[in-house]
Amino acid sequence: MSLQVVTANRLEDGLVVFLTSDGGWSENINDARIAEDKEAANALLAEASAPELDIVIVGPYLIDVEQQGTDLVPTKYREVLRTKGPSVREDLGYQAV
Amino acid sequence: MAIVKNDSLIEQEWITVDAEGDLPSSDENIIVPLARFKEERDSLLGRNGGLGVELNPGDTPEDLAGDIDRLSIITVNFPAYTDGRGYSYGRVLRERMGFTGELRAVGDVLRDQILLMHRCGFDAYDLQVDGEVALDKVRAALKEMTVYYQPTGDGRATAQSLRERRRAALEQKAS
Amino acid sequence: MYRYDDFDRQLVLERTEQFREQVKRRLAGDITEEQFRPLRLMNGVYLQLHAYMLRVAVPYGTLRADQLRQLGMIARVYDKGYGHFTTRQNIQYNWPKLDEIPDALLDLAKVEMHAIQTSGNCIRNTTTDQYAGAAADEIEDPRPYCELIRQWSTFHPEFTYLPRKFKIAVTGSPNDRAAVKVHDIGLRMHQNEAGETGFEVLVGGGLGRTPFVGKTIRDFIGKNDLFSYLEAILRVYNRFGRRDNKYKARIKILVHEEGIDKIRELVEEEWSQIKDGSLRVDDAEIAHYIEQFAPPAFEALSDDDADFERHKAENRRFANWVRSNVIEHKQPGYAIANVSLKPIGGIPGDATDTQMELVADLSEKYSFGDVRVTHEQNLVLPHVKKADLFAVWSELDKADLGTANLGYVTDIISCPGLDYCALATARSIPLSQRISERFGDLDRQHDIGELKIKISGCINACGHHHVGHIGILGLDKRGKEFYQITLGGDASQDASIGKIAGAGFSEAEVVDAIESLVTKYIDIRDGGERFIDTYRRVGMDPFKEVLYGDR
Repeated sequence: MSLQVVTANRLEDGLVVFLTSDGGWSENINDARIAEDKEAANALLAEASAPELDIVIVGPYLIDVEQQGTDLVPTKYREVLRTKGPSVREDLGYQAV
Repeated sequence: MAIVKNDSLIEQEWITVDAEGDLPSSDENIIVPLARFKEERDSLLGRNGGLGVELNPGDTPEDLAGDIDRLSIITVNFPAYTDGRGYSYGRVLRERMGFTGELRAVGDVLRDQILLMHRCGFDAYDLQVDGEVALDKVRAALKEMTVYYQPTGDGRATAQSLRERRRAALEQKAS
Repeated sequence: MYRYDDFDRQLVLERTEQFREQVKRRLAGDITEEQFRPLRLMNGVYLQLHAYMLRVAVPYGTLRADQLRQLGMIARVYDKGYGHFTTRQNIQYNWPKLDEIPDALLDLAKVEMHAIQTSGNCIRNTTTDQYAGAAADEIEDPRPYCELIRQWSTFHPEFTYLPRKFKIAVTGSPNDRAAVKVHDIGLRMHQNEAGETGFEVLVGGGLGRTPFVGKTIRDFIGKNDLFSYLEAILRVYNRFGRRDNKYKARIKILVHEEGIDKIRELVEEEWSQIKDGSLRVDDAEIAHYIEQFAPPAFEALSDDDADFERHKAENRRFANWVRSNVIEHKQPGYAIANVSLKPIGGIPGDATDTQMELVADLSEKYSFGDVRVTHEQNLVLPHVKKADLFAVWSELDKADLGTANLGYVTDIISCPGLDYCALATARSIPLSQRISERFGDLDRQHDIGELKIKISGCINACGHHHVGHIGILGLDKRGKEFYQITLGGDASQDASIGKIAGAGFSEAEVVDAIESLVTKYIDIRDGGERFIDTYRRVGMDPFKEVLYGDR
């Protein structure tokens, strides 16, 4: 199984965030807590789906990632776009900062 | 778990029975699904207690045309608030068939749909929250908007009718 | 142009407050995301790939200068300095914050605008001919009826939770620029035998995953009866439209499954019971709305202007722009000027805050403060004196808004695609940019002539690919973007749904594929034929051959 992390959109501003090791949410995928097997992935998603998080984030789900050097990179192009920002506006999104 | 009608909480005085099974004693007030009403119409109308009918999405309210005055209550079930068929049923019952009894919304009845229901002829709301909370929700919902574009049977003046009234008044003043 | 009175104003303010409360309840956890979702959608707030998206209604595509200026301000203050004009003649912003959206809505309310019903399973923004009130070929200005439809459909208590979304379009001209045949309801103004003007009513058209051309449910409905007739259609749809499957819930499926005759019967039966009721609109009220859209104070001018002719002769770029982007006006001495939002290699339909402000200024100076949004994602200055066209174009040109390509191969409709949209399966903007660059040479575009390319990034067809002369649908094939080509679609009065040419193309191949289609067309066209005409004459095979050869 490939590595997985949990992503969601933050309720307040809609921005893409990732579940971190301390149970918080970061805009940087490299801060994400990684699940290496099915069991860990399920636990990660269960944690992110807790009802009390309904006022923090929206729509958590697991994505496949791989380690490229020091970076975590999603394997699906949809998630790459989601993680970086619009490919047609490289001045915007997370890729801009 | 509270029913709000005419700006107050009311008691549940009706027993809702399902499509099959025994009916409670003849003195009890009961609400039966439309299909059962059609099947057992004569015996149901012969009972002593009050009689109401429950409409579900897909039902035809017109089936009640001949008996509308015999019913004290009609409940319209919204199994999910996103299923909007009940709004049409409300208007047909009130505006076309002249139903004057209680028209109660049941099921997934939420605050943000109550004004729409009221505009479509509903006068009672069975909410899945406790008494005072339910009353507050209904009150808040009903006063959120004060301008209405569509003429429905709810008696509210539409923007258009108010405009006409104002225009007429101005013309009278001018002449 | 229609101005709000105190009732309209009050309603929008109340709505804004209502939404502010809903957001507050959501952020406080009083309502769940599941409960909040339809509420935010009915105020045009989506949650997209990267952020929230706010879609603002531009009723029937008509804007005043002060409104467009405010849209520019909102782009700057609440977004990242730009907005995207859509095929529903609306504008959407890509980066607003949820807790700031109520303030943005309040700023919109100040200029008589809102985001009401720009999403959700309700009646959406009514669209019409962007040249309404200006076009030389118009029977009657459709906007008074559009405004009446706007009011009738706004917070309609019975039709807020329909089986699915519902879109109405109106054309007042026999040359349909509003794509009425691919709407849930299309209204086409025409005269009956008695010489009265009314509407042909089409129902069940639409794009999406199951495209259909609408069918005539009634040849003629008088103006007074239009609204009760619409209500009858909507009630039949609300009661009988399918709710068991989201993809079969549009009225087109009901019409397709039950047959137009059965639907007509149901609607006529319903209508017979309400036609004499309070939705009947009398002549005096209609006259009141017609007055609101009275023509501006045109000057009596000669249709020929010497300076205009001189500028055309002296400046080839201006002459090119006039040739493609300027359209005949009903008033002598005036013209309709189209502002292209499709610069070569640009993002179709995007405009920056300062571009919006510039067009607002120009409309104030040269077009009676009137601006239109087209469903093909451009802007229009509808009433410009021919004598002023050169000044207008010069200003537009400086702001990268003077591209001469209206109706040409680079005037592409494109949905936001996977660069923004959470539903998309592939990107559409980068492809539109590459096609635009490939065909950027203006002489070549002139030679090709009218060619409508429309690109959608998923099967929902927001980019109208089914009705593109060449349509492109972006899909995901085993984790890669790939693109399916359709040919022969048309959104006009001769509406047709395009046919799939064959297997899809990779991102790398697709622009070459488009070029080979265009080359083939030039090869085999008869004099004066547009691409769509040639396709209709020769059919799919010659084009298929250049795409696939022996494959």
